Formats: sequence, structure tokens, C-alpha cells
Amino acid sequence: MDSESLLLSLELASGSGQGLSPDRRASLLTSLTLVKRDYRYSRVLFWGRILGLVADYYIAQGLSEDQLAPRKTLYRQGHERRRSKARVPGERGPVAARWTPDIPKTAVSRRVRSLGGLNCMEWSLLPPATEEMAVETSVVKGRFMGDPSHEYEHTELQKMKEGEKVFEEEVVVQIKEENRLVSVIDQIDKAVAVIPRGALFKTPFGPIHVNRTFEGLSLSEAKKLSSYFHFREPVELKNKTLLEKADLDPSLDFMDSLEHDIPKATLQGGYCYHPHFTGSWSIQMERGNALVVLRSLLWPGLTFFHAPRTKNYGYIYMGTGEKNIDLPFML
Amino acid sequence: MGDPPPDPEPPSQQPSSWRSSQTSQRRSWEVNQFQPSVSEEVQQIPLDGLDLQSSQGIPASQTNLRGWSSGASLTQPENLMYQPEEAPLGGLEYPSLNMGFPSELQPQPYLEEGESQATRTASLMLQQLQQGQGNLFQQLDSSYQPDLLGQFNMYQREDLQFDQGAQHGPYMRDDPTLQYTPSELGFMPFSMEVPEPEPRELAVQNAKAYLLQTSVSCSLSLYEHLVNLLTKILNQRPEDPLSILESLNRTTQWEWFHPKLDTMRDDPEMEPTYEMADRQRGLFLRSGAGGEGEQELEEEVVETAVPNIMETAFYLEQAGVGLSSDESFRIFMALKQLVEQQPIHTCRFWGKILGLSRSYLVAEVEFREGEEEAEEEEVEEMMESTEGMDAHGGEEEGEEDEEKVIDIIPKPMWKPPPIVPKEESRSGTNKYLYFVCQEPGRPWTRLPHVTPIQIVQARKIKKFFTGHLDAPVNSYPPFPGNEANYLRAQIARISAATHISPLGFYQFSEEEGDEEEEGGAGRDSYEENPDFEGIPVLELVDSMANWVHHTQHILPQGRCTWVNPLQKMEEEEELGEEEEKADEGMEEVEQEVGPPLLTPLSEDAEIMHMSPWTARLSCSLCPQYSVAVVRSNLWPGAYAYASGKKFENIYIGWGHKYSPDNFNPPLPAPIQQEYPRGPEVMEMSDPTVEEEQALKAAQEQALAAAEEEEEDEEEDEDEDLDD
Repeated sequence: MDSESLLLSLELASGSGQGLSPDRRASLLTSLTLVKRDYRYSRVLFWGRILGLVADYYIAQGLSEDQLAPRKTLYRQGHERRRSKARVPGERGPVAARWTPDIPKTAVSRRVRSLGGLNCMEWSLLPPATEEMAVETSVVKGRFMGDPSHEYEHTELQKMKEGEKVFEEEVVVQIKEENRLVSVIDQIDKAVAVIPRGALFKTPFGPIHVNRTFEGLSLSEAKKLSSYFHFREPVELKNKTLLEKADLDPSLDFMDSLEHDIPKATLQGGYCYHPHFTGSWSIQMERGNALVVLRSLLWPGLTFFHAPRTKNYGYIYMGTGEKNIDLPFML
Repeated sequence: MGDPPPDPEPPSQQPSSWRSSQTSQRRSWEVNQFQPSVSEEVQQIPLDGLDLQSSQGIPASQTNLRGWSSGASLTQPENLMYQPEEAPLGGLEYPSLNMGFPSELQPQPYLEEGESQATRTASLMLQQLQQGQGNLFQQLDSSYQPDLLGQFNMYQREDLQFDQGAQHGPYMRDDPTLQYTPSELGFMPFSMEVPEPEPRELAVQNAKAYLLQTSVSCSLSLYEHLVNLLTKILNQRPEDPLSILESLNRTTQWEWFHPKLDTMRDDPEMEPTYEMADRQRGLFLRSGAGGEGEQELEEEVVETAVPNIMETAFYLEQAGVGLSSDESFRIFMALKQLVEQQPIHTCRFWGKILGLSRSYLVAEVEFREGEEEAEEEEVEEMMESTEGMDAHGGEEEGEEDEEKVIDIIPKPMWKPPPIVPKEESRSGTNKYLYFVCQEPGRPWTRLPHVTPIQIVQARKIKKFFTGHLDAPVNSYPPFPGNEANYLRAQIARISAATHISPLGFYQFSEEEGDEEEEGGAGRDSYEENPDFEGIPVLELVDSMANWVHHTQHILPQGRCTWVNPLQKMEEEEELGEEEEKADEGMEEVEQEVGPPLLTPLSEDAEIMHMSPWTARLSCSLCPQYSVAVVRSNLWPGAYAYASGKKFENIYIGWGHKYSPDNFNPPLPAPIQQEYPRGPEVMEMSDPTVEEEQALKAAQEQALAAAEEEEEDEEEDEDEDLDD
């Protein structure tokens, strides 16, 4: 959700039961403004938070003028230090400071910037997600801790060759939570970041801009998955046949639509009771039909909201950062 | 400034060169050539003051243009600002005249006429468009916009006006005179000039005619579309219209084909929205009619059943959870409605369970003494009948054929496990009644009581709620009941695991000391401790020992108090996966024991090395005024807060328990035997020759032996006989 309309957006997204406390809201408004100034973003999105056992991560993203250009992700650790210290005395100092020295190799630019003297106001730039990171962190299960320097231990069997003998050896791999955080954010962005059709448009020269004339979906459109797009570079679009592409408007339909998500949304699914089976999404009308809310079933915690016929839309993730792999059993 | 040059290239080059080289004479001459097309324009779009314009407007436009051409040598646009004031009337014609032309005009003159003239014509108009528009149109805002609007609307309504315009198409290409109909004789003075149309004028008309063409598939011509588009832009004055030209183009066209419905017809799209608003309106009206107001007021003061949702919402907002305040208020009103409708003693907002197409708001209530019996029976009868049906349906679907309906001779060996009796209402899992509704304002539906088998089965499955209470739960293992039962079972499980209160808020009542003998789980009732002082927030956050469960633990059996199901049969009952902290093993006949009521949270079992609860302060910046918030990691979405003597639990989530591992549905039961297997139905392998021969030899041997025996016997017999 746009940081400028944060308050309204939070209010609209509150149907999932997750919000921000007043002090968090206030500090976010302040610190995101500063982030926008310092990092020279054209838009700052408040992405959401990932609930950890000890502390929560608050994530924001900066967008440049081109909306689909690679995003920079910032996070901050939103938890009072007092408790961390109380829990593990002496071990956990100010996290940002401790975390600074080990800069991962993939980081392009990474600054730890302190914004004001208040607690929970520091935003740190996360390194960009890479393929290796995704592979490496895919083995981690369980909840986030809330400490980026926390290391998960994973034992895996590796085949060792010594002369002619091949034997397996257990190797303990250390995986940093920071890497997991990066890769989870990236996965969520790629899988379930949503934007209504028409909110962005592609200029003839390629860059993608916010459509100023977007006046919201109509009510009937808002109930269809086909009116929503994945907010990412298109993947499926290239695989479409010419016939399917014929009806697309190149300046608007340049992203993948949600209706092709797996499991596929069908009308009157054979094994499903509800008449409009919507695949991995739950579409609901809230507030007496004045608000349409999409919730991802694949990444529970992601809420997309849009008030039909208005420009208000956005998505927020507030969850544990775990994918729902049980989805096939649950529908 | 609203200054949209539709085709930016020509005006940038031509007018500049032209401006410097042209003389004012030529310009005025060219302006004169424009008269017919101007008149034609007037005729094309009749406005209210036609006569006025026909007599005054054209001269005015001439003067305007002359004045303008003299001023045009000054390239600064500021000078031009004055002209519209000099002759505002003439200004009106130009926008509509120029609108259609610039992009399409150029090719044709080049083809048909002398190059120089055509370029001049085009460039003159382009210049007018480019320079004049912004200035001229500014004036329109105040004086002429209504007219323009009216004109726009006329197009929109597809009035006669438009048909007329469409008729013009064919005539104009050939001869401009033909377009004058007898009804518009007022224009005759101008038509006098027409008989000798200048080639340039002809070109203009041809171009316009071309633009006015309509295709077979669409009755809208480009000309009208451009008029609409420019009118829209000029009326709305968007910032930087060039960048949004494409989408404006599209919306204009869309609006044309989707005319606004007139006010007498309802928008079918909005129908449900209005209906819902109407329903919710009922919540905000005081239910009593007429003079009952005062009485009601008194009642309300006494009434305590409705919880203070708004206070809870405030604290939960501090904690960063919960619904928005206006939704909370709606729920508050809905609960009030519920309390008015039902004989409710206590009432609490339990939480919200998200579903696929709708969500459930859950209210936890307790009926007044004696009130519930009649209703309950009714409901139960109803539920039982449906339950029976559902159970039947479930059996058919399920792989285990529990009962045979058709006349199959072999009887199944499988015996159903003993049915664990349901707990009485007001005790154990059925301590409270639950009402659900989908949205504030919709009717509340009562959920049936939960049975132990439902809880046991609910632990084995993981399904999303659909939002329809009567939806079947298609799962394996089969769930006995429909979604209402599943919902009720999950509510019971969540309540048992996550309802917590600060230590000391509740205490056991004095009287029941001998409860131990009856149930294994210890005493099952408690009362509020009047001496409870409240625990400091920091202590609440620091130690989970300061929190206790105040809802009874559900045993693996599916009940809070254990009953021996084996009184009838010696079947080991199926034990479900155990609830949270129950770490006792599978007993055969042994009594199941759970932790007693009011056990501190610190006793809870860990889930995969992680603590089942996370506690923190709501605000780290001012800890002295913040509230303690506890979040359940086992049931994501379950929260509790406490501040002083106040505490509350809420659940907002999907209604699923957290498991670090994947959900693993149990394997289907092994296939049952159709019939007892014996040698008579077994297929034997054919004997080999050696075996046959060996058998034969053995048989012969046996035969020989038998014969010998027989002989012996005979001999014996003979001997006997002899004896």
C-alpha cells in the first residue's frame, strides 16, 4: 500500500484482523517520508510485516518512476530492545549495529541508515534476491525469529568422494535469517502481489507508469479474478497464443492475470461446493459490498483491497512468512 | 494550461517559419476564405443564439482573426490573451472547427491543390489551434461552456441533432450547397457565397466529410469522437493531457457506448450494496417504536449482556490487531440486536473466522437459566435430523463402508467404535452457545452443539471454510457433519487452546471441593476473583506463568471430562492427534487426563522448539501506559490483551492450527476382506510329473497297505466270528 495513503489503506485492509498500532502507524508515516527523501524514491510502498517469534519485521519498498523496475526492499525490526535484552542477556545488542559487519556478497548497495533517535525507526536496505538464495533458504521450515542475524541450521547429506569410496556425510549448513527474509519477500512479491487492471499503464517507450485516469473497477469487474494482475514482470504472457492475445490491450494488459493461477479458478468446480471457485484466492465483498478484498490462500496473510469505483487499492502482507503448502488438501 | 496539440510535429515546424514570412494581407485574405466553412460549422451545430451568430458571429470572427493576424507577428502568447476579449463570440466557432482537422487535413490538400496554399491553410488552422486554443478557451469557461456542454450532451443523447449530422456525410463530399435544408433558410445569405467554392474550402469540406464517415460496425464517426474527446478534455482540464491522451481516448469512447442510465432506473450493479446498506440501517435505528423510547433507555442501563466492544476494539488497536473501528461498531450493534432477539445472559464477541467467499463473525453467548431448554431441543432435533442425513452422506462418500444398505450377504467385520456421548450443554466443550453471522445486519445463526467425534475428526483434517454453513465438508477422513459442525468444532478447539486470562483473575469457587472424583480434569467451574488487583503489564509480558487457561482442555477423546466408552465394547477408541499440550500417551482403557483448569501458559508444550506464545508490549516507546499483548503461535490469529483488570481474547484468522510440517492426510484404511480365505478358494499350482508320480507311488503304497490291513481285519473278523 502506498505510504502516503497509509492510514486509509490500513483501515480498508483491517478486515483480516491485522493492523498496526497507533504508535507504529505514526512512526511509519514519519520514517517512510524520510526514506522517500533519502533514497530518492518516487513512491514508497509499505509492504507489510512478517511476524517473528521474538520480533516482527516491517517491510517497505521503494519504487522508481518505472513501476515494474526492480524494487528496493527495506525492512526494519519492529521490536523493543528491552525485551530482547531481557531474554538473552548480553547476547543481543542493538541489532542493526551487530548486523552491519557481515555484508553479503550479493548486495549491490546496502546502507544501514538511522532515521532519528527513536526506537524502531531504522530502515535497512535488503540485498536483492538471487536464485541461490531461494534454493538455499527453501529448506528452512518454521517461523521467523525476528533477528536477521539468526542462523538456521540445516543438516543435509552430501556425497563425499575419497579415492574410490563414495560415502555420505552429514553437513550442517548455516542459513541466515536475513537471506530467508529476502527470498520470502521476493517469493511473495512474485506470487501474490496484486494490482487491479488499469491502475498501471505501459507507455509506448516501455516504462510503466501509474495510470492517472484509473477510476477503479466497476463492481462487476471487481468480482472477477481476470480484473487483477500480478504486480511483477509478466511470465505467462509470452506463452499465450495469438488468439488469446488478440483481445488484450497492450497498454493495459501487459501483466499476468490472476485467473491463470494454479489451482485454476473455475466456475462451479466439480469438487467444490461454492459456486465460484476462485482457485488460490478468496474474493469477498466487505462493508456492505463497498469493498472487495482478495486474500491469498497460498500465502495466508496477504490481503489485497480495492474499493470499487475509487482509486483506493493496495496490498499488504501480514503473516508468518510461510507458504501454505497444504493448499491442495484444504480446498 | 489545457493545451493539447493532437499532433505535435507539424505545428512545431510550420507555424514558426510561416509566422516570420507571411504578410498580414495574405492572412486576412485567407481568413476570408474561411467564412463558408465557418458558416457550415454553425449550421452543423445549431446553438441557441443562431441568428445572433449568423448575423454577428461571422463578422466578429473575421475581426477576431484580423486582429489576431496582426497580433500574430508578436510571437508571445501573452499578447494573444486579449483577443478573445475583443471578440469572444467568434472564438466559439474555432474550437469546433479546428477540432477535427489538424491530423487529417494535410494529406488531402497536397493531393488536390497547389502546395503553397494548402500548407498555408493547414498551418493557419494549426496555428489557430495551437496558439488560440488555450487563450480562447479560457474564456469559454465562463461564458461559453454551457453551450459547449449542451452541445456535448446533445450528442450523447443521440438526438435528432445527431441524425442530421450523419445525413450530411454523403452530400458534403460533392457539393456544400446541398447540405442546406429548407428549414435552415436563415443561412441563405451565406450560401450566396457558396456557389463558387474555393478549392481550399472544398478540401476542408472533403476532409470533414471524411472524418464524419461512420463504419458499418460503429455509428460513431471520428469527427464526433474527437469533438467529444476535446470537449471532455476542455471541461475537465486534466493536468498534462498528452500523457493520458490514450486512456482519455478510450474512456471517451467507452462513455459513448455506455450512456449513463437515467435516474428512473436503478443500477443493477449497485443493487446488493444498497440492499446491504438498508439492512445495516436497521441496526442503527432504535428498535422500539413510538413511546417505548424511555422505557428502553432504562432497560439498556440495566442490561449488561452486550459487551463493550468499542473498548475492546480500542485495546486491540493498541495491540495492532482487530477490525477497524467502524466495523467494530457495526458488530457491536449486531450483538445488541442478537441480545434483543435471544434470551441471552452473557455475550461476548469471540472473533472472526475467514472463509473463502464469506467470513463468519462469531458471538459466544450464554442463555439465561432455563431459557435454552425448549429452544435447544428444537434446534437439536433439527440438527439431529440433518446430522443423520449428513452422516449418511458422509458414509457414502467415505471409503469406509460403515453400514450396508443393500442386501449383501457377507457382513462386514468392522464394528464402529463406541460413540462417546456428547457433553451436556453448559459444560465442557458445550459450555457456551455460539451464534454466527456473515456480516453485521445479516441474521445470526445458532451453531449446534459439538460432539466428541466431531472434535476428534476435526483434528485430523484441515479445510478452508467456504462461508456457507450448510456446505458439506469433503475430506478424508470423513467429517461427521457439515460446515456448521466443523466450524463449531474448530471454535471449541480454538477456545480451549487460546482463551487465557491473567493469573488470579479467576479462582475456583469454594463449594466444589469433591469435584476430583467425578472428572479427571479437576474442577470445571470458576468464578471471578473479587480481590484481583491486576498484574503489572511488564510482569505479564515477561513471564507466561502470569497467564492461565480459563477454558478446559479438550481430551484426545473429544471431551473435557472423561467418560469410559468401553462399557459396552472392548474396542480401543481412536485417538486423535492431541491437543496442544496434552502429552500423555495412548491409554488403552486408562482414563485420559488433561491439565487442570487455570493452568499457567508456561506449562504449555513447545511446538518444534518454539514457544507457543509470544508476549510483548503494545507500545515500546511508553511502556508505562501500554497494554500486554499475547499472541498464540499455535493458532495464528489468536490474541489476548490485558491491562489492569481488563483482559480479552479474540481470534481473527482462518481457523487452522499451526503445524511446522506439512499436513499429512492419513492413508486410506487397508482393504477389507471380502470373504474368508481358505484352501477351497485358493488357486493351487499344478503338480509336476515327479510329484504326480510320487503321489501315485504313495497312493499305491497306501492302497497296498490298506488291502493288507483289510485282509488282516478280515482275518480278525473271521477270527472273531470264529470266536
